[in-house]
Amino acid sequence: MNQALPSLAGQALDHLGDHERKGLLRFLTCGSVDDGKSTLIGRLLHDTKRLFEDQVAALQKDSRKYGTQGEELDFALLVDGLEAEREQGITIDVAYRFFATEARKFIVADTPGHEQYTRNMATGASNSDLAIILIDARKGVLQQTRRHSFIVSLLGIRHVVVAVNKMDLVGYDREVLQRIRAEYEAFSQGFGFETLEVIPMSALTGENVTRRSEAMDWHDGPTLLEHLEAVEVAGEDRLGPFRMPVQWVNRPNLDFRGYAGTIVSGAIRPGDKVAVAASGRVATVARIATMDGDLDEAVAGDAVTITLQEEVDISRGDVLSPPESRPEVSDRLSAHVIWMGDQGLRTDRNYVIKAGKRSTTGVVARIEHGIDVNSLKHLPTSTLALNEIGFCEIHLSAPIAFDPYEVNREMGSFVLIDPLTNQTVGAGLIWASLRKADNIHRQAFDIDRAARARLTGQTPRVLWFTGLSGAGKSTIANLVEQRLHAQGRLTFLLDGDNVRHGLNRDLGFTEADRVENIRRVGEVARLFTEAGVITLVSFISPFRSDRQMARDLFAPGEFVEIHVHAPLDVAETRDPKGLYRKARAGEISNFTGIDSPYEAPEGAELVLDTVVRPAEELADEVIRYLGL
Amino acid sequence: MSNRGSHLRRLEAQSIEIIREVVAEMSRPVMLYSIGKDSSVMLHLARKAFYPAPPPFPLLHIDTTWKFREMIAFRDRMAAEAGMELLTHTNRQGLAEGINPFDHGSSYYTQVMKTDALKQALSHYGFDAAFGGARRDEEKSRSKERVFSFRTGSHGWDPKNQRPELWSIFNTRVRPGESLRVFPLSNWTELDIWQYIRSENIPIVPLYYAAERPVVERDGMLVMVDDERLPLRPGEVPQRRQVRFRTLGCYPLTAAIDSAATTLDEIVTEMLIARTSERSGRLIDHDEAASMEKKKREGYF
Ligand SMILES: Nc1nc2c(ncn2[C@@H]2O[C@H](COP(=O)(O)OP(=O)(O)OP(=O)(O)O)[C@@H](O)[C@H]2O)c(=O)[nH]1
Ligand SMILES: [Mg+2]
Repeated sequence: MNQALPSLAGQALDHLGDHERKGLLRFLTCGSVDDGKSTLIGRLLHDTKRLFEDQVAALQKDSRKYGTQGEELDFALLVDGLEAEREQGITIDVAYRFFATEARKFIVADTPGHEQYTRNMATGASNSDLAIILIDARKGVLQQTRRHSFIVSLLGIRHVVVAVNKMDLVGYDREVLQRIRAEYEAFSQGFGFETLEVIPMSALTGENVTRRSEAMDWHDGPTLLEHLEAVEVAGEDRLGPFRMPVQWVNRPNLDFRGYAGTIVSGAIRPGDKVAVAASGRVATVARIATMDGDLDEAVAGDAVTITLQEEVDISRGDVLSPPESRPEVSDRLSAHVIWMGDQGLRTDRNYVIKAGKRSTTGVVARIEHGIDVNSLKHLPTSTLALNEIGFCEIHLSAPIAFDPYEVNREMGSFVLIDPLTNQTVGAGLIWASLRKADNIHRQAFDIDRAARARLTGQTPRVLWFTGLSGAGKSTIANLVEQRLHAQGRLTFLLDGDNVRHGLNRDLGFTEADRVENIRRVGEVARLFTEAGVITLVSFISPFRSDRQMARDLFAPGEFVEIHVHAPLDVAETRDPKGLYRKARAGEISNFTGIDSPYEAPEGAELVLDTVVRPAEELADEVIRYLGL
Repeated sequence: MSNRGSHLRRLEAQSIEIIREVVAEMSRPVMLYSIGKDSSVMLHLARKAFYPAPPPFPLLHIDTTWKFREMIAFRDRMAAEAGMELLTHTNRQGLAEGINPFDHGSSYYTQVMKTDALKQALSHYGFDAAFGGARRDEEKSRSKERVFSFRTGSHGWDPKNQRPELWSIFNTRVRPGESLRVFPLSNWTELDIWQYIRSENIPIVPLYYAAERPVVERDGMLVMVDDERLPLRPGEVPQRRQVRFRTLGCYPLTAAIDSAATTLDEIVTEMLIARTSERSGRLIDHDEAASMEKKKREGYF
């Protein structure tokens, strides 16, 4: 190898320059179970000489052990990398593989065909520009072919290859191909594919994959690789107006305040005006700062740090845009939802919704219709089960800035997360805002929270006291409020009993009411903190998910969860209001600690043990925590 | 990175976005720093992500005590240059028991001195997110892993039940004790790494460049005699040979290759015509068929 170096060096380095300039194509393989997706990718890697000798040796060994092709190589084993996949001969989760030819670089996502793993297929599709949909020539278009095609179309992929595979098993029959082509074209008519290339092939033998097939000399289209190398897939999203979701506010010292984020569309230059979507404020770009020096211009795809000439209040999740072409801002949306949770979607539950760099909570208030992936018909439904797709109305607890998914993938997508399990249970594609007034852009209120905070001279926070009835929440909250008041701070205490008699007197103790109870208190606390007030909330709030929902309404650091702790037997002996006695006697039901659980906080900012320390000391600890 | 729209600039931007997301959402992140070329690139990207501030998290090095000496010197210099805190951790119990790759086998040694040590350190400091420099093109189970990879309270990976990961929206939610492993270099290939090192002038450990070094040939691999702890087998006499390393780990477990490549350009050239994968020089990967996946399920990076 050493001797070869000098002569090859120049050639190789030229190659390196090419490698850097080559365009990148991201694609996925999908389709029904066993149609040959993984085999096809293995074949592509092998025939484009992407495999090293030790990998080929391992493949030979694996093929003998797990292979489905007798003495021959089983190319699927190159991509099915998990133990369970190799043993069962199926793909479970998406594999990302890389290869390059003289013309292009490729990142391919090999996705599973099993319906059970549709969410992993969607994962692979979400970042792809092209989809290869495989069809087993013997079986034709199946339900899973239709499901995947629909998801591909929904996710905005505009370039599709239909790979009619296993032609070797149907005698390379041209009519088989024509039948499948006709059926597929009829089915996918409304899918908005810009290119649709149907290629007959055999992944097993490699025919029409990287080399032409003699047995199918009637095929006058390109081989798969020729097509992948040539197809044009302009990323149109990126051409739209400037959008940058703020990901992180960089404040290393008083002289530098930068807004870091990735530009998802358009371009920006120093001197450009930008508007902050949520507040409507406008400012001028001062610098685009990078470690390699300031930039004259940054474009879609770049991760940058922008500084502004004016001081404006911007935090993570805000979106910067040109003042004359802003995204929409709304808390009511219509969206397609692909459900991925093992438990079905529920319209009476709060989910965490992460859209771009912003997290909030929300409910799927209504499912307008479900979609039958076979017939594409709309079906009335009240839930979505695993892998089902529906068109839904979403209500958010705080407005978000967005563009419709069709216009801008990054600005129009979100995921739903179950706050109890932390699982990602759904993917959402925003269609439109459901508030007509949102087309009128928000006017900047001249007095914002920063201005109010300056006036009161304090950092507004919410102190959320949670614990059993009788644990001492109200006692300690009162003491804390007195101490703050004595320091000249503006405070307000929201206490469970008082609020239940006024604001929330229409609520009972069902699950839905309980959630609504906490939601309202959280919202009120937010209004108070926006007004600059240090807000104390003293509520049993026994469920983690409810407290998390409240926490999600606030900026990081603003919500201080304080667990006022006393064991149940202690709280019950205290029984200041005689409620435990009543609950034990069966006079009240759903009482926390007796016939309803208390979920202790796992990540509380403070835990106050009221058994070992007096209330005064604990109140002082809260004050110390606040640094006041 | 002046070359707008180029492949490397895109990769760089995606990695920076990932690193920033962790800092924005997690309460106690750490960057695993293994001193190799991928770690060097990852550290460089972290510095870019937070410029002009230093990256707001510490570096953690799991020191098995069997690293090449040159690596340790390099590590301390790089951490200081980045203005970052450097934490090191060694499995004290394993050390006291004298666990080493020769007497206990590479598999058990890796378990105790790397995997267990890593889990000890993560639990000890209470990190809820750890960056690793692994790439999907390295190995078949890695090609299956998410960028944000969830770990249970006991640091285990469940490859059959990974969270869906769509677009560039990452689910970062964990309960106390649970954590995330985050891989900013997921979509980089070995060639991308070298090319980036070249275009950004990123310092790397000199062991990547060919030089005369004392080695013995063992089971078809060239093992460097980095210190006197390497037990020589009968008939083995260290000889000086012009060698370099494609990947760096513990010296008794990392094979050198014959090479005359003393510049980055020559390294890249050699890589382009290489017939074996970089991991073929890692002895621990050959232990058993699904060995990487198994180690990862147990908490290995
Ligand atoms: N005869 C023939 N067999 C093929 C061809 N392509 C794939 N196969 C075989 O079909 C079987 C399934 O192939 P895979 O590549 O695992 O199928 P898949 O679509 O990846 O399956 P899942 O990912 O589990 O949905 C294997 O036994 C392959 O060897 C082909 O072109 N001709
Ligand atoms: Mg497969």
